[in-house]
Amino acid sequence: MEVLVCIKRVPAVGGRMTLTQDEQQIDTRFLGFTVSPHEECAVEEAVRMVQEHGGSSTVLTLGTKDAEEQLRSALAIGVDRAILLETDGAEWDPVATAAAITDAIRSEREAGRGHDVLLFGNEAADTGDYQVGIRVAHALDLPCVVGIKGLQFADGKATARREAASGGWEIFEVGLPAVFTVKEGMNLPRYPSVPGRMRAKKKEVERLEPVHRSGGLERVRLKLPPEQAGDVEILGTGPEAASAVVALLQRLGVVER
Amino acid sequence: MILVFVDHEAGVPDVLSLEALTFARRLAGSTGVPLEAVVFGSDPMPERLGAFGVATVRAIADDRLEDYAPAAWAKGILDVMEADTPLAILASGSDRGNEVMAHVAAQADLALAANCIDVEPGDPYVITRLRWGGSLLEEAQLSGRCKLMTVAPHALVPEETTPTTPQVRNVAPVLSEDHFRVRVTGREAPEGGRISLADARVVVGGGRGVGSAEGFRSLDELASLLGGAVGVSRAVTNQGWRPHAEQVGQTGTRIAPDLYIACGISGASQHIVGCKGAKKILAINTDPEASILAHADYAVIADLHEVVPALVEEIRRL
Repeated sequence: MEVLVCIKRVPAVGGRMTLTQDEQQIDTRFLGFTVSPHEECAVEEAVRMVQEHGGSSTVLTLGTKDAEEQLRSALAIGVDRAILLETDGAEWDPVATAAAITDAIRSEREAGRGHDVLLFGNEAADTGDYQVGIRVAHALDLPCVVGIKGLQFADGKATARREAASGGWEIFEVGLPAVFTVKEGMNLPRYPSVPGRMRAKKKEVERLEPVHRSGGLERVRLKLPPEQAGDVEILGTGPEAASAVVALLQRLGVVER
Repeated sequence: MILVFVDHEAGVPDVLSLEALTFARRLAGSTGVPLEAVVFGSDPMPERLGAFGVATVRAIADDRLEDYAPAAWAKGILDVMEADTPLAILASGSDRGNEVMAHVAAQADLALAANCIDVEPGDPYVITRLRWGGSLLEEAQLSGRCKLMTVAPHALVPEETTPTTPQVRNVAPVLSEDHFRVRVTGREAPEGGRISLADARVVVGGGRGVGSAEGFRSLDELASLLGGAVGVSRAVTNQGWRPHAEQVGQTGTRIAPDLYIACGISGASQHIVGCKGAKKILAINTDPEASILAHADYAVIADLHEVVPALVEEIRRL
């Protein structure tokens, strides 16, 4: 089983964000970097697939050379190869991103390194475009199942599960090769071990120069949503506050008077 | 025309599609063109869609499209696009809306702006959309011969208008086997007897402050006494204390209860975008500086391990 997993380096935000003066980016001076939880699960799944079915896994990203950090995190938990489609840091829209990834997959294929399974996160943590995996699948004429939380293989076919909007599960059966976009909850990703990190440090990250293709969605500026009023009513401190909470629950009609 | 893909469950349009219709009607108004809808299935719902100002319903009734097949549904929408050249096509920013529209965009080689909250028509369109699940907004230019957008869930309230009697036009899409490579081939029913997190009226949330899997006992009791569900932060699922299905947040479930009781949750932005649909938030936290308090309506500054059991006792005595 040859597995490719695509990730995106994003700032590890947690609190209220601040923007750079030109409103083009989040101010990341005091932030670390990570990938989306969906992508962490996709990387973990790629490693598990190779453990179970043999073959090899490759992690790929489009970004600046700093994105090597995220590629090496994937290598540290057991991914075999890493490819960086290196950019100068300008934001590539979903059309441009998908086209660059498609080119890279095609050249891998031509070099005799075709993939049976292509994994993406369901949507990037930052831009939330919900479309790169689908665009790549379309360009390569492959089936694409999005938002999956389970994936099994038998007889050259894949069975994918995703949660239905109304609860329960929808089951999809597709032939390989195929594209899947993963949602967090598919597995519980492992933490990299120290030897894993050491090994990853020594591995080579392969670099390709992607060709930019203008896609039709262009950022003008970023804006922070309006702050909420923040009028919080303190009901009390300590366990004695329980009666004030009960009174609130009654007032809100959550429990009967 | 402005075209909206309206999703429905057995002839009842979903709320998010009605929001998208309301958003699209304003766009149709400001561009001076009619509002039209495209619907899959045997019931084109003319009366319901007429209430939202739809002039024409494109009905795609094809047995092969009864069950969800995203690329095939997208081809149906694309065929309408090629025949009638709408200025824009919109759908809800639901999982399904985003998926179908991404297929339309890929097949038509057009840009798609997901999760929009505002649009200024022109050439190009200037849209405002959500980033980071809504913790950040982006203003962007959207160009292309047809503008493709999804509308962020709950960015606006669905509003009916002067009712119309829509004309129903049947569309027979040209489909090949390839469009059906991905289709639902089976279903598993939800586990019975449990209140779904997304629909619960009360959600009792637990975060890192709960401390352990066992620490959830009093939260489970409180949720069951209030007829609600338990929701958790990502810190909790990462520890393996609770299953991911209970996670509230950007990569988990978006909740919209009447009351969210957030216990021992600091309030990372990824969690806040998952719970901001709650009508009221009560935070129980030992830290009066926790960021959850900036989003809460009420707060108790206390150790949840003391106050939640006390609360359970008091409610039992009622």
